[in-house]
Order: sequence, then C-alpha cells, then structure tokens
Amino acid sequence: MSRAQRFVSWNEQRFGSAKGVRWLLRYVFPDHWSFLLGEVALYAFIVLVITGIFLALFYQPSDTHMIYHGSYTLLDGQQISEAYHSVLNLSLTVPAGLLMRQTHHWAADVFLAAIVLHVMRVFFTGAFRKPRDVNWFVGLTMLMLAIFEGFAGYSLGDDLMSGMGLAIAYSVAMSVPLIGAQLAHLLWDGSFPGGSDFLPRLEIAHALLIPAALAGLISVHLALIMRQHHSQFPGRGRKESNVVGTPMWPGYALRSIGLLLAVAGILFLLGGLVQINPIWQWGPYEPYLSTNGAQPDWYIGWLIGALRLMPNFEPTIAGHTPIPNPFWGGVAFPGVVFTILFFWPAAERRFSGDRRRHDLLDRPRDKPQRTALGAALLSWVVLIFAVGAADRVSFRLNISYAAQIHVWRVGVWVVPVVVYLLSLSAARALQRSGAHPLRGSPRVRLRRRPSGEFELVDAGSPSPEIHERSGGHGERRCERTTE
Amino acid sequence: MSTTARTVLAVATVFVLLCATASAKTSAGAALYDLDCASCHGQTLAGRSGMGPSLRGVGAGPVDFYLSTGRMPLQDPRDEPTRSPPLLNARQRSAVTSFISSFGGPPAPSADPQAGNLSAGQHLFTSDCAGCHQVVARGGLTVGADVPDLRAPSARQIAEAVRMGPYLMPRFGPRQLSQRQLDSLVRYVLWTRRPDNAGGWSIDNLGPIPEGIIAWLLGMAVLALIARLIGERTDA
Repeated sequence: MSRAQRFVSWNEQRFGSAKGVRWLLRYVFPDHWSFLLGEVALYAFIVLVITGIFLALFYQPSDTHMIYHGSYTLLDGQQISEAYHSVLNLSLTVPAGLLMRQTHHWAADVFLAAIVLHVMRVFFTGAFRKPRDVNWFVGLTMLMLAIFEGFAGYSLGDDLMSGMGLAIAYSVAMSVPLIGAQLAHLLWDGSFPGGSDFLPRLEIAHALLIPAALAGLISVHLALIMRQHHSQFPGRGRKESNVVGTPMWPGYALRSIGLLLAVAGILFLLGGLVQINPIWQWGPYEPYLSTNGAQPDWYIGWLIGALRLMPNFEPTIAGHTPIPNPFWGGVAFPGVVFTILFFWPAAERRFSGDRRRHDLLDRPRDKPQRTALGAALLSWVVLIFAVGAADRVSFRLNISYAAQIHVWRVGVWVVPVVVYLLSLSAARALQRSGAHPLRGSPRVRLRRRPSGEFELVDAGSPSPEIHERSGGHGERRCERTTE
Repeated sequence: MSTTARTVLAVATVFVLLCATASAKTSAGAALYDLDCASCHGQTLAGRSGMGPSLRGVGAGPVDFYLSTGRMPLQDPRDEPTRSPPLLNARQRSAVTSFISSFGGPPAPSADPQAGNLSAGQHLFTSDCAGCHQVVARGGLTVGADVPDLRAPSARQIAEAVRMGPYLMPRFGPRQLSQRQLDSLVRYVLWTRRPDNAGGWSIDNLGPIPEGIIAWLLGMAVLALIARLIGERTDA
C-alpha cells in the first residue's frame, strides 16, 4: 500500500470518513467571481481572530489611572488609564504589537466592506429567495453583530477618539424612549464615562461573546450553503436542477486557499505599511478633552451622518422629551434599513406572487423593480454616510457646511428617487439589448466558409462539472459533461 | 570739552539719530498704514464701525500676526481672514508694526519652544485647542469659521495668536496660560509637523476618514480585483 492509501484506510477504519470526504471533495462550486466576496469576509474574519488573540494577551480592561513614565516622551508624566497604557505599550513596545494591532484594525475595515459587498451581491442577484431566505437572515444578523463588534473594539483603547465615540453611543443609548436612561446606566455601569465594570464588559463582548456568536453563525451560514448548495447564474447547461462549476478538489480548494493568502497578505501589508488609529497621537481620553473631526470607523459613518443630518426635532410634551433627537439618527435610521432588508424576501414573495424555490440567480436587469428599489435604498444610505464627512468636505473644498446640510436634507430624499428611475430604465434597456454593462454587447464569432457564406460559431467553453440536484432530497450525482 | 560733556554729546547724538531712524520708520509705517489699513481701521486708528476695530493699544503682536500671515489687509471686511502670502515685505511690516504700536499696547509675545515641555504641551493642546484645531493640529471646521491647519505658522505667530485670539479663537492671556505653558504649547504644535508615525504611511494623521478610503481603495478594491481575476465570469 502506498503511504496515501495507508493514510486513507487509517482514517476510514477509525472515522469512516471516506464517504464524507468524497462528498466534500466532489462538492461543486458554481463559478462566478462575485461569489468570492463572501469568502473575502470569511478570510478577513480568520485574520481578525488570529491577530485578536495576540492583542488579547496584552490588553488590560481597566480604567484605573496611573501616571505614565514610559518610553514615549510625548505623554510622559500624564495621567492615563491602564487600558490606554496597555494599548500604548502594545503599539510602541511589544515586538510585532503594532503590526498585529494595525492588521487587526485594517482587517475589521475590510471585513465589513466585504460583508457589505457580499450582501449587495446576494440582494441584486436574488440569492436571498427561498430556500436561502433563512441564510439571508443569518447573514444580516452577522452584519449587525460585526458593526457592534467593530465599534466595541474601537472603543477599548480608551484613547481620545474612542472616548468621544463612546460619548456619542452613550447619548444614543440615552435617547431610546422610556428606557433610555436606565439602559445607558445599565450598560455603562453608571453614568458616562461609566463605572469600573464598563471596560471589562466591553472586552468580554468584543473578545468573546460577539466573536463566538459570529463563529457560530458563520458555521450555520456555511452549513446551510452546503446543504442547500450554491445558487448559480443561468447559462449553458445550467438549470434549476443542477449545479455547474468546479469541484472542491482539485479545482476550487486551491483557488480558495489562494484567496485566503491574498486576503492575509493584503491585510498584513496594510498593517505593516499604512498607519491606522495611532492612539499614541490621539492621547488618552478624559471627558473634558476633545478633538475636532473625530470620526468613527467607516461602517459607523452612516449613523454619524444621520445624527448630523437630522433636523433639530425634539418635541417636549408636559415637560418631558418622549423621543430625544439622537434616537432618529442613531436608532431609528439603522432600524429602518435593517427592517427593510430582513423583510425583503417575504415582501418580494408577496408582491411578485412568486413563491417558488429558486436555485438560478437573476441578473440585476432581470428584476428591474428589485434592482431599482435596492439601488435607491443603497443611495439613501450612502448619501447619509457621506454627509457624515461634510465638515471635512467643507474644510478641504470650501463648500459651506450649513449649505451642504440644507441641500442634503432634501437631497437624501430626491436622489434615491432619481436613482430608482435611472436604475429602472437602465435595467430595462439592458434587458432589451442583452449587452453586458461593462463589456458591451455579446461578442459573436463568425466563420467564413470557402464558399463565401458566413456561419455562426459558438465560442466553446471548457467543459464544466455538472452536479445534478434531485428534487432537494440531498442525493447528488456528479458527472462531467462531454460537450 | 570735558570727557563728561563729550560723552553726553555722543549719547545725545546717538539718541537723536536713533529717534530719527525710528521716526523715519514710523513715518514710513504711517504711509503704509494710510495706504493699506486706514480705509477700515480709520485714519486715527480708532476703527470704523462695521469695517474694522480700533488698533489703538493693540501692541505689536496682533499687527505682526495679521500682516505676516497675510490675513490683513482683507479684500472685504466681511470675509473670514485666512492665511495667504503677505502683501507687505518684512521691512514694510516692521514699519507698520512700529507705527501702530507707537499708539501703545503690550510688547509682541514670543515663545521659546526649547524651554517648553512636550507632554505638558500635548495635554494643554488637547484640553484647550484640539476641540477646534484637531488633536494633531490638522485643522477643521467650527461654527462660523474654518480652523486652520497649524503646520504653516512660525513659533512666533503661534504665540501671537494664542495671546490675541484672532477672529473666533479665544484669547489666552498670561493669567490663563503662563509663558512656560505657552512655550510647551508651541513645542507641541511644532512637534505635530513631524509626529511619531510609527505605523507607517501617516495618511495625514486624520484618523477614520482617510483610513476608510484606504480600506476600500487599497484593501477591498484590490481584493475584489483579485477575486475577479481568479474567479470565473459567466458565459451567459
């Protein structure tokens, strides 16, 4: 027996793993580059876990103050918290500490970016439809958790930026009607800046609870994909009843490992070369300290934009303020966006009357209404996000801040309507012409016969793997097409 | 003549000559003042309502600050003064300064950054200045004014601005800020020009906005491109 055979039989005799491994190795991935966006998020998560474990070894969740006398003269003799001190040391003293911290932070920014692009891909191709609607809910839950997770991590450093971010979060928590004051008091272990339990709680949430929840949901997400199989774009040989693509081995696994290495490589390159969140420059946080232009990481920017854009609407009734203003931008706005996304599959089934199972994807043009409404929602969120940086636009481009706010208070309602109408007509035009939005009209190959006449030549593609579904009962048959 | 008398005469001559030089400078300053400043601040420096404040008793600091940073003269008195190339050269500015300060006022403030303490300066800056100027002094926006990036002004100009409070900026007199604190503050501001960028490319020390741009353009966009290169496209 060869060494490989011995290895296989060793496993088979102990775990009976041959059947499962064969199934896994023959698992067919439909091929489209946009399906890799979710994988980018997965691999960024892996980088986050690995770098995060490193950081957790050095972080001290303590608001006890001390006088700093370390190697960094800029802060020599200042009162700082032990939490800030530990992040300062991690950044400037611990070997590879800054590389790990910066890579972790870049990975968080890219993790969220990849999730957002993945959600867009799933939305605009209709991949959220039955039977994948449950996985859509799982994905959206992960997006919400990832936003909280990122914000919690940003807040742990107890530096000037993180403290200002927490001050805003505290105001938003306070603004929840009826329970706000108690809620904020409970979460912060007292009134702002919080009691001594606050940072330990934040660390447990950031380093244990939310990552564990994310890891669990990622497992469910992937298990559901394997169970229901990937959806695929329509194309030659592709039917609702089969999956056409590359099998896990020897094709897809190598490609996916390549992507893992690319993600890790880019994130570590960014972490090593581009400075992110230099907390040693921001200095420690105290409630009386502040900086102009303090901003959250990009994935919280839409909430800052909404807080800034919301008009000064705060009615008082009999001496009470039932809904304090930060509620609208900080709670109601993301609440509306996520509610729309969560209810979209059900709403679409209801309004289209289409309750069938769908394993073939739509191109965005195939469902002009979905595409146009989605684009409108996206433009609404992106505009509000962009307004969060209006002060910087004003400073750099000399466009009056007040004028920007006035224009966008109207613009965020007008632009989505325009985007809706333009997307609708673009989708319909593409439907008619059959052109690719970037590559133009489909290329047709002609061959000239010796007699002078032309004939159409179909551009053959390499024979893909075809995987027959059998009515969703889980039995699958693999075959290679011989066209 | 006795030695004493000769000494007295020499001293008197030097004094007269110095006065003559000074008054020549002052009169050159007066001419420049009439040309470039009087239309708003008035022929007698008493100010004109709705145009410009009185300059009597302001001293040398504010005059030097406004002229050497090119913030004065303003095209339109309603404009926000912003840093621009100075209209007058150093000799002309000094003439106008000595003309205006001949009407009284404190001497020009100055700062000796080497005498200051960097850490004390950082703390003072974060508690009193960063709310408008940004913690690494990159400037920003506040209600009613643009707040300048502090990479351009000299140590002297920073000291003058702190003591005077130009435009909307509050004034920090010696009771709010000792000379030593001022030295520390200026030392910190000069430090922010070349801060400790241990993490690599500083992307302007502004924090999350440039970081988000990099995350999308150098991180996500490159990874999406890689996905596109190694992934397949539909043959549909």
